[in-house]
Amino acid sequence: MSKGVLVDLTKCVGCGSCTVACKLYNGNEWDDTTPTMGPDAKLNGKNWTVVQFHEVKDSNNQPVWRFVKQQCLHCKEPACASACFAKAFQKTEAGPVIYYPHLCVGCRYCMVACPFNIPKYEWEKAFPLVTKCMMCSGKVEKGEAPACVSVCPADVFKYGDRDALLQEAKDIIAKDSKYVKHIFGEEEVGGTEWIYISDIPFEQLGFKTNVTKRAMPSYTEAYMHATPFVGITWGVILTGLYHYTKRRNQISKENNKNFKA
Amino acid sequence: MASHAQEAQKWSFRITPIRVLLMLLSLVAIGVIVFRLVTGLGTVTNLSDEWPWGLWIGFDVLCGVALAGGGYGTALIVHVLHRDYFAPIARSAMLTSLIGYLLVMAGLFLDIGQWFNFWRPFVSWGHSSVLFEVFWCVSCYTTVQILEFGEIATERVGKKFHNIFKKALPVLMIVGIIFPTLHQSSLGGLYLLMVDKLYPLWWSPIIFLFFLISSFFVGPAMICVETTLAGKAYDHWIPIPILRKLVRISAYAMILYLILKIVDLTNRGVLGLAFSGTFEANWFLIEMIFGVIIPIIIAFSGFSNSRSGLLTFGLLVSLGVVLNRMNVVITGMIRSTGVSYIPSAGEFIVSAGLVAMGVLAYCFVVENFRILEHEDHGHAA
Ligand code: SF4
Ligand code: SF4
Repeated sequence: MSKGVLVDLTKCVGCGSCTVACKLYNGNEWDDTTPTMGPDAKLNGKNWTVVQFHEVKDSNNQPVWRFVKQQCLHCKEPACASACFAKAFQKTEAGPVIYYPHLCVGCRYCMVACPFNIPKYEWEKAFPLVTKCMMCSGKVEKGEAPACVSVCPADVFKYGDRDALLQEAKDIIAKDSKYVKHIFGEEEVGGTEWIYISDIPFEQLGFKTNVTKRAMPSYTEAYMHATPFVGITWGVILTGLYHYTKRRNQISKENNKNFKA
Repeated sequence: MASHAQEAQKWSFRITPIRVLLMLLSLVAIGVIVFRLVTGLGTVTNLSDEWPWGLWIGFDVLCGVALAGGGYGTALIVHVLHRDYFAPIARSAMLTSLIGYLLVMAGLFLDIGQWFNFWRPFVSWGHSSVLFEVFWCVSCYTTVQILEFGEIATERVGKKFHNIFKKALPVLMIVGIIFPTLHQSSLGGLYLLMVDKLYPLWWSPIIFLFFLISSFFVGPAMICVETTLAGKAYDHWIPIPILRKLVRISAYAMILYLILKIVDLTNRGVLGLAFSGTFEANWFLIEMIFGVIIPIIIAFSGFSNSRSGLLTFGLLVSLGVVLNRMNVVITGMIRSTGVSYIPSAGEFIVSAGLVAMGVLAYCFVVENFRILEHEDHGHAA
C-alpha cells in the first residue's frame, strides 16, 4: 500500500512554512530571483515546492485568497519514470518517485513527458541535473511524513495510506457542501499519491484539469511491446524478399540468355 | 574526374569560395560547441524549464533522421528488392544517410546535459522508454552504416578487407533496414506521452506511423535535391526516368499518408481544428498543402518529367517534412507551455555549422571514393 498526502486547500493560510522545511531538509539554496511563495512563486531547480497565491471569487462572488502548494504529485504510474531511458526515475513501493542523479544523461525527456511539468533543470550549471520533490523518500520509507507535511501549522495535510486518504476525502466532500465535487489526483493520469480537495474549482487555481485519466505509461506500452515482434517479422520478410527477388532476377537473366542464343 | 583522382591515389579536395564559407561556418560552430560543452546548456541556448527541447532536438535530430531516411528506402529498393534499375543512386543516397546520422549523433550529444554520461542507457536499461529504442536503434544503425561504407572505403584503403565487407553486405543491408524502420517510428512514438501537451492536429495515437511514412517518402525527395546539387557540382546526372519512378513511389506513400491523416483527424473529431484559422491551424495547412498535396500533384503531372519539376518536388517535400517536425517540437507545444520559444543565435549557428560540416564531408567522400559512378561503368575502372 502506497503512502499519500491529502491536501485541503480550504485550510491553507499561505504561511510558506512547508517551503522552508523543504529547503532545509533537502539542502536547497534560496533563489532570490524566484520566490517560493506569492503570486509569482515558481518551481525551479532550487524550489521543489512553492505556495502560489490566487485571488479568486468564492461561491457568493466575493473576492477571496486561496493558496496552492505545488510539488511533484507522485503519480501512481509516473510518466517521467516510463520516459527515462536510463532508469534515473523510479517509483518505489512506498509511493515516492525518486530521481537517481548518477544514472541521468540529461536528455530532459522526463520534463517533456510529465503531464504537470514538474521536473526542472539546473540550467545555470555546466553539468545540470534534473530536480524535483522526492516526497522526502527517506522519511516516508520509515513511515514518517514528508518534511513539508510535518511542519504545517494550519492542519492542511493528512499523511497516510493513499487509499484510506481517498476514502476520507470522499467523505469530507460528500458531507460538506462548500467543497467542489472533485478530488484532484483521484483519477488524473491514472491517480496520484498527492490528492487535493478544494472549495474553488481546480482550474481557477492553476491545476491542470484537462489531463487524461489514463495512466501515462499505457500510451507507449503497447507500442514498446510490439517493437521486437515487428522488428523480427520485418527481418524475416526482408530476408525472404532478398532471396526471392535475387533468384527471380537470375532466372530472368538466364531466360534472356537462352532467348538470345 | 573522380576516377582520375583515384587512379592517381592522391587525396583531393577542391577549394572553392563556397567551401571556404562552409569551413568558416563550421569553425565558428565548433567554437560555440566547445563553449557549450564546457559551460552548460543555459549559456548558449534559449532552452528553459518551459522549453526543455528546442531547435537541436527539432532540427538536428528529428529532421536530420527523417532526411537521412533516404538511405534505408533506397537500400530496400536496390539491395533487397533487387531493382537494379535504381542502382545508380544507391551509393550516394546511402552516403547522405550515413553523414546525416553522424550529424544526428553529434546533435544529440550536444543536447544532453550530462554528456560524459551518454553511454549510461547501454547499461541502465530503461526499456519502458521509447527513447531507449531510439537510442539503441540510432547507435546500432550508425554502426551498421559505417560498416556498409566499409565496402566502399576498402575499394581504396585497406583493400585486403574488401571481400569480407562485400560478403557481409547483404546481412548488413537487412539489419540496416530494420533499425531505421523501428526508430523512424519511435521518434514519433516519443510524442505519444505528450497527449495533453501537443496540439491535437499533430498528436495522434498513430503519430509513429506518420513519422515512419513521412521518413520513407522524404527519401526520394532528398535524392532529387541531392542529385540536382551533385549534378551541378560534378556534372553527374541521374537519368530523369529513374528519378521520376522514385518520385512516383514516394507520391504513393504520400497519398497513403494523406488518407491516414484525414481518417485519423476525423476519428478523433478534430478535423475541424484544421480550418479554425488559429496559429496552429495555419501552420498545419501550410504543411499539408505545400508539403504533401502539391507534391502529389507534381508527381503525377508532366512537370515531374523535367529537372525543375523534380527539384521542386524534392524541395517541397523535404521542407514539408522539416516543417512537420518543427511543428511537432515547437508550434504544437506553444499553447500548452504558455510561452513561446525562439532559438538563440548560438543554437542557429551550431545547427547551420553541423549542416556545413555534412556538406563538406559529402564533397570530400564523393571526390575520393567511387560514389557517383554508375555500377556498370565502375567495373571498367
Ligand atoms: S508529477 Fe510528473 S514528475 Fe511527478 S511523478 Fe508524475 S510524471 Fe513524475
Ligand atoms: S533527463 Fe535524465 S532523468 Fe530525465 S529522462 Fe533523461 S536521462 Fe532520464
